[in-house]
Amino acid sequence: MNNAKLWILAEQFEGEILKVSYELLGRAKDLSKKKNCQVAAVIFGANLGDAELQKLIDRGADFVLAIEAPELKHFDNEAYSRCMLGMIDKYEPEIIIAAATSTGRTLMPYVAMTAHTGLTADCTVLDIDEEGKLLQTRPAIGGNIMATIRTQGFMPQMATVRPHSSKPAAPVEGRVGEIVRVDGNDFDLSSNIKRKELVLSSEELQLQEADKVVIVGRGIKRAENIKLIRELCDLLGAALGATRDVVDRGWLSYPHQVGLSGKTINPKLCVSIGVSGAIQQLAGMQTAENIIAINKDPEAQIFKVADIGMVGDLFEIVPVLIAKLKNGESL
Amino acid sequence: MRIVVLIKQVPETKSVKMDEETGTVIREGVESIVNPLDLYAIEAAISLKDQYGGETVAVSMGPPKADICIKEALSMGIDKGVLVSDRAFAGSDTWATSYILGETIKLLGDVDMIICGERATDGDTGQVGPEVAAHLSLPVASYINAIESFNNNSVSLSRQVEQGDEMLDVALPCLLTVVKEVATPRLPTLDGKIRAKAADIQLITADMLKLNPDYIGLKGSPTRVAKIFRPKVTRECELLFAKDDATIHAGVDKLYAFLDSKEAL
Ligand SMILES: Cc1cc2nc3c(=O)[nH]c(=O)nc-3n(C[C@H](O)[C@H](O)[C@H](O)COP(=O)(O)OP(=O)(O)OC[C@H]3O[C@@H](n4cnc5c(N)ncnc54)[C@H](O)[C@@H]3O)c2cc1C
Ligand SMILES: Nc1ncnc2c1ncn2[C@@H]1O[C@H](COP(=O)(O)O)[C@@H](O)[C@H]1O
Repeated sequence: MNNAKLWILAEQFEGEILKVSYELLGRAKDLSKKKNCQVAAVIFGANLGDAELQKLIDRGADFVLAIEAPELKHFDNEAYSRCMLGMIDKYEPEIIIAAATSTGRTLMPYVAMTAHTGLTADCTVLDIDEEGKLLQTRPAIGGNIMATIRTQGFMPQMATVRPHSSKPAAPVEGRVGEIVRVDGNDFDLSSNIKRKELVLSSEELQLQEADKVVIVGRGIKRAENIKLIRELCDLLGAALGATRDVVDRGWLSYPHQVGLSGKTINPKLCVSIGVSGAIQQLAGMQTAENIIAINKDPEAQIFKVADIGMVGDLFEIVPVLIAKLKNGESL
Repeated sequence: MRIVVLIKQVPETKSVKMDEETGTVIREGVESIVNPLDLYAIEAAISLKDQYGGETVAVSMGPPKADICIKEALSMGIDKGVLVSDRAFAGSDTWATSYILGETIKLLGDVDMIICGERATDGDTGQVGPEVAAHLSLPVASYINAIESFNNNSVSLSRQVEQGDEMLDVALPCLLTVVKEVATPRLPTLDGKIRAKAADIQLITADMLKLNPDYIGLKGSPTRVAKIFRPKVTRECELLFAKDDATIHAGVDKLYAFLDSKEAL
């Protein structure tokens, strides 16, 4: 563990490792190479299986630090933070990265404050400088500029990154690493917060999990017209996203919003329709593998990030595209 | 019961303009507003008071003109305003800000609950809430989307997580960060505006707090901005112009071929 200077905070749900953990390992791989150090994945839970933990090793963790107790099955900030602070004291990591999830965004600032160190939220780019220090780049001032931040003179250097803002690391069969199990009861696990139950959401749309996403913008003009886009989504097998202007007008609900103040997506295909491509909107989708844009304004910003763009009236184009998708080559 | 709401003054981001040459923000003439997400925290505090009684206090750290934001909170129905302002605080990052706000809350004393917005629209970190809780060693419940019930020593809440809603009982005193779903902010009333105008805002300066001078301002901030740059957007876009029936069909055919080549069909 002593050369594991770079830690990621892995997350599990009901004993299953969440994909964000692999995204963090994807980032950790590049960073550890530059820093010439090993990677430890820290994970909290109860009775985590060896096979499940091995998945972290397959994807790049040299060590898995599994802190376990029945009380640690679900996120509990007080219990988790005491364990985490104890582990930091013991192993003195230099860098800790976590996903900007409801857990990461709560635990990381709590730990950073107590450990008296800096934390940079929602980084989009992480890098290592010549001295082996972490360079943390994030959008600032409503996404109008990017700022690169350093944690100067304090350890560990901590950062969160947005879920789905990078690709998960691919597994390497038979990769070797060590699972270090820590008994959570070595720490004070008492808590002032009692979790009674979890009411699972029935949210139909899994925007961030989708391979394909269609994003609709204000060019759609009114709520009724969205059904046109829904039809396209069905044919493509795509999830439906929206710009803030569409959500603010109540044409679609907030969970659909993509961008700086909505969700970040990283699908294989993103189709933007009637979207101008404001910098805050692009922040949520520009890492998509392939981007198609339809907009009647040839100067629209969205074309700067698109691979292929169609300049014209969406109400003329989309129905033709729908017909084509329905009929395949026969059109 | 005493509830403190932490509110931040932020620039109206919609009007933020960039200097294209230097890549810096033009701040002149940009209006300041209460962080829009803090309005939900204000509303949550006022409605708790409406139901269970007590006192609500809005605390904001910022330049002297942040008092305008505090007045807005007062005009919505917050009972008392506190402005934490001192030149020595300039340049504070979230760590230093949380330290100063935490020490302010200690000075105010007797606080049962602290409510924060989810994040500020300028800094956009969402860190100050949990960091203030850490400094005060209070339990923190983040992403609260409903406050169900309340009694003298605990509060029942719903917390929004990735998989759904967690139902929690949290012992007091505690700190909450709330999301939009928690309440619909009320508008300031005329009465409220009149009261706010006449109200005295308590000013707290550095020397009134027992601060470690090494922990505040730029010097007390563990994070440093090393570089600022304009985000670049880079992709070669093939533009297809759809002007009439023929070009629309030709364009759609190309889109279709593109989708096909990317195995997106
Ligand atoms: C701090 C901050 C955070 C923000 N966060 C987000 C965010 O998370 N997500 C987000 O989306 N925005 C966000 N915004 C808002 C963002 O700046 C833009 O205002 C918004 O993205 C614009 O949405 P839009 O593209 O739908 O609308 P518009 O900018 O109005 O664009 C509509 C486009 O449709 C085109 N159009 C119109 N009619 C047709 C037609 N018939 N056929 C084809 N094209 C047509 C127009 O040419 C235009 O380009 C944020 C802003 C700030 C300041
Ligand atoms: N200077 C400040 N004064 C008072 N409250 C603040 C200040 N900065 C942040 N907050 C509170 O902390 C929340 C998160 O802010 P931030 O961490 O800056 O995104 C805000 O919604 C406010 O409730």
